Amino acid sequence: MSLVEENDYGTPAVKSATTVTLTIDGEAVTVPAGTSIMRAAAEMGTKVPKLCATDSVKAFGSCRMCLVEVEGRPGTPASCTTPVADGMQVRTQTERLKRLRRGMMELYISDHPLDCLTCGANGDCELQDMAGAVGLREVRYGYEGENHTHMEKDRSNPYFDYDPSKCIVCSRCVRACEETQGTFALTIEGRGFDSRVSPGAHEDFLSSECVSCGACVQACPTATLIEKSIVEIGQPEHSVVTTCAYCGVGCSFKAEMRGDELVRMVPFKDGKANRGHSCVKGRFAWGYATHKDRILKPMVRARITDPWQEVSWEEAFAHVAKEFRRIQGQYGKEAVGGITSSRCTNEETYLVQKMIRAGFGNNNVDTCARVCHSPTGYGLKTAFGTSAGTQDFDSVEETDVVIVIGANPTDGHPVFASRLKKRLRQGARLIVIDPRRIDLVKSAHVEADYHLPLRPGTNVAVVTALAHVVVTEGLVDEQFVRDFCDWSEFEDWAAFVSDPRHAPEAVEKLTGVPAASIRGAARLFATGGNGAIYYGLGVTEHSQGTTTVMAIANLALATGNLGRPGVGVNPLRGQNNVQGSCDMGSFPHEFPGYRHVSDDATREIFEKLWGVPLSNEPGLRIPNMFDAALDGSFKGLYVQGEDIVQSDPDTKHVTAGLSAMECVVVHDLFLNETANYAHVFLPGSTFLEKDGTFTNAERRINRVRKVMAPKNGYADWEVTQKLAQAMGMAMTYGHPSEIMDEIAATTPSFAGVSYEKLEEAGSVQWPCNEKAPDGTPVMHIGGFARGKGKFVITEYVPTDEKTGPRFPLLLTTGRILSQYNVGAQTRRTANTAWHPEDLLEMHPHDAENRGLKEGDWARLQSRAGETTLRVKVTDRVAPGVVYTTFHHPLTQANVITTDYSDWATNCPEYKVTAVQVAPSNGPSDWQEHYREHTELSRRIAVPEQAAE
Amino acid sequence: MQPDKLVRMANQIADFFKAQGQTSAPAEIADHLVKFWDPRMRRDILAYVDQGGAGLDPLARQAMELLPRKS
Repeated sequence: MSLVEENDYGTPAVKSATTVTLTIDGEAVTVPAGTSIMRAAAEMGTKVPKLCATDSVKAFGSCRMCLVEVEGRPGTPASCTTPVADGMQVRTQTERLKRLRRGMMELYISDHPLDCLTCGANGDCELQDMAGAVGLREVRYGYEGENHTHMEKDRSNPYFDYDPSKCIVCSRCVRACEETQGTFALTIEGRGFDSRVSPGAHEDFLSSECVSCGACVQACPTATLIEKSIVEIGQPEHSVVTTCAYCGVGCSFKAEMRGDELVRMVPFKDGKANRGHSCVKGRFAWGYATHKDRILKPMVRARITDPWQEVSWEEAFAHVAKEFRRIQGQYGKEAVGGITSSRCTNEETYLVQKMIRAGFGNNNVDTCARVCHSPTGYGLKTAFGTSAGTQDFDSVEETDVVIVIGANPTDGHPVFASRLKKRLRQGARLIVIDPRRIDLVKSAHVEADYHLPLRPGTNVAVVTALAHVVVTEGLVDEQFVRDFCDWSEFEDWAAFVSDPRHAPEAVEKLTGVPAASIRGAARLFATGGNGAIYYGLGVTEHSQGTTTVMAIANLALATGNLGRPGVGVNPLRGQNNVQGSCDMGSFPHEFPGYRHVSDDATREIFEKLWGVPLSNEPGLRIPNMFDAALDGSFKGLYVQGEDIVQSDPDTKHVTAGLSAMECVVVHDLFLNETANYAHVFLPGSTFLEKDGTFTNAERRINRVRKVMAPKNGYADWEVTQKLAQAMGMAMTYGHPSEIMDEIAATTPSFAGVSYEKLEEAGSVQWPCNEKAPDGTPVMHIGGFARGKGKFVITEYVPTDEKTGPRFPLLLTTGRILSQYNVGAQTRRTANTAWHPEDLLEMHPHDAENRGLKEGDWARLQSRAGETTLRVKVTDRVAPGVVYTTFHHPLTQANVITTDYSDWATNCPEYKVTAVQVAPSNGPSDWQEHYREHTELSRRIAVPEQAAE
Repeated sequence: MQPDKLVRMANQIADFFKAQGQTSAPAEIADHLVKFWDPRMRRDILAYVDQGGAGLDPLARQAMELLPRKS
């Protein structure tokens, strides 16, 4: 194996319908008009020396290394900033150019530490390469003059160092921060000889606005910005392209290795979701994979208060099989079930649901989408016929007006946020609908035209009011509706939204959003060109989550914003494979491909293949499992890669449900919070340790490639297979590709997917089948999957969760950039430097009324429970609203959230909880009790004790 | 399962389908329960209906009449 090399063309590709033919060093080359000479040369294989140019950022023209000669033109123009012209004759190698370049290199090297042999970038340094390329043999100026070699390093960032003594002031990092990431955290400080890169104003990297995305490190041509892992380990010797295991953006990375040690993760330029960009999690936060907390041996115990006993894999599988069969014998076939993981691969989730349906003999299978985007599945299937977003991420490049509702992309989906911000800087308009003033509302060179800071729980009222304006002001795209929707359904819907009770003025008091803002936003969206809607869990995690998804679909249908690039309804999926886990039949009512279990034809396909009769009744959803456990009818649960105790609402109810079960099996990397209530622990493997596929938010199926052996001995699909075998199933896959072949053979939307296809294309977006052999980047072109697009009446129904004298504030929850979901992975990395604890955001007025100041401990109480955490006073939240994250188990934010849920899917109402906040001087009783139970539960017996 | 929770969930479903049309609502509610509720949930709410079904939305109650009952 070797390193996956990617060409650097020096300047970005240009899209143009017209082409230009020129001659470079005597050879003709044809490129799109507007292309730089440097890129044209690179495309024909000629490397023009360069230092300040790289193809991820616009040309800058400062280093003067890429000078060329152009026939008939005076001087030596920079090839990076000079566009090609028809008939142009360029020379890249002449005596004059050699002399000029060598002279430039002499100047650079005269102020550069000559420590190449001990430098971390040795072997991967463009300055070193250029010195070689221009034949630099001496520096006539000597090294005694004034220089920067004495400057101190900034080692504050946990993942990379900044060594100003090695900076050549090419500004690649500054431009990457601006153009690629869109944060504008870096600048060139000082003038002339004093010029140096600086994060913010006299700050170190950690204290600055830098979001640690790594774009600057990636862009740096020297060792000025360099990964600490490279400094510590050395240069990688081979690399493998794989897919990030964090959010639903699904970024492609090169896992760069030294033997079986991961040296660094580098964003892959050919990755179609991320286009060479990354965030702090995917780029740097992979240390959890080798963290000392990983459990590598199976363990069992009789009671959840007993210490764990290590056992062999065979003993563990036999124990689980025996227990599950015992439970089924005692309580009935429906008394056991399982939860698939949205962090695992498609192949792994497919196997878990297969084991449950065919091996357990029931449909008690669910997945974490239950608590995030299940309303998306229901809502979009109803409106369009497909349970998925309509666009690819590239689509945003053709968008003119964006609505972001109930999502915080800069924190939750940072690489997509960077692509969105780039489009906004190009002039696209923005409407943000969110109770909080998220970063997108106003940040560097981005400002929303409208921010509708609605009261939590009033999404349906606001989106229906937007539709009211569209219909009553004659802004409907009537041709689109007539062509692609049922006209009589539209008329019913139009009459409904036109009712004066849905007017912005009528809902202003209820929603807290000024009517003029709703009217302005609706007009902008309907008339501003290509309109795209991006949404997140702020839409779905409500008692009317599904209704809001339908309201969003209505708005897109009425304005004709579907079926082409630049538009669409785009759910930003949370976890890396939450789309895939849903596609793979993880819901209790659906087989893979979203086909209901009551459909005889579908059941027949699987019954024939699996050789067993299958249930035609829906099984229990996750919240129903806890209810059934407390009721005594559900006693055994297999949980793969999900920490339901921390992530699911109303923690006391969840733990009571688990405590009522007789065999809880946790299959995970760590002894997570759910493992505190488990009887069997099966060690899991990381995404670096297995082959498979993830499907991201744009339905893109990306390969996951094994770069090291599983530290626990087995990939997760092998664990499930062995467990299924122990339960008597004939499951004998030799490789995940065989599982994908079965998926393709049984699931029409995946019919054209195979590992061969993925190797050839890099990735494909489903549907990928005979009708769409190369996949489907944009759905519903020329018609909807269900035939006609469906308008649905979206009556606003207030949540049952009411504020009152006892609980006068509304709590809403979310996440932060540096942490991921329950934090099981990111809390075991240096990302804790940015977010060591969950904080309660509170408006200054509310804080003052309660005598709370920044950093004070506060008791947060709802009708479900209470916890304590520290206060962050901020006007990001409106008066009456408080906000926190759920990344830390000692905070247990979900002790506060309630068991109210979405009407259609039981997706919990995380986003609206009536609470009270008061000063506190210590942990709540629950926190004390939970800490004690955790300490007791996590004991692992030493072998001598185990033998007794 | 807890009747009050099942009733709340059924009433939420009724709220949605009521808006789509009073006439079609009972059949739509029943169809939703058949498609998405585990049989033991349907069994328990029917048992609750048999005990009077207090608190159920009238349309939800009508829907219960349409649910298949296992003998």
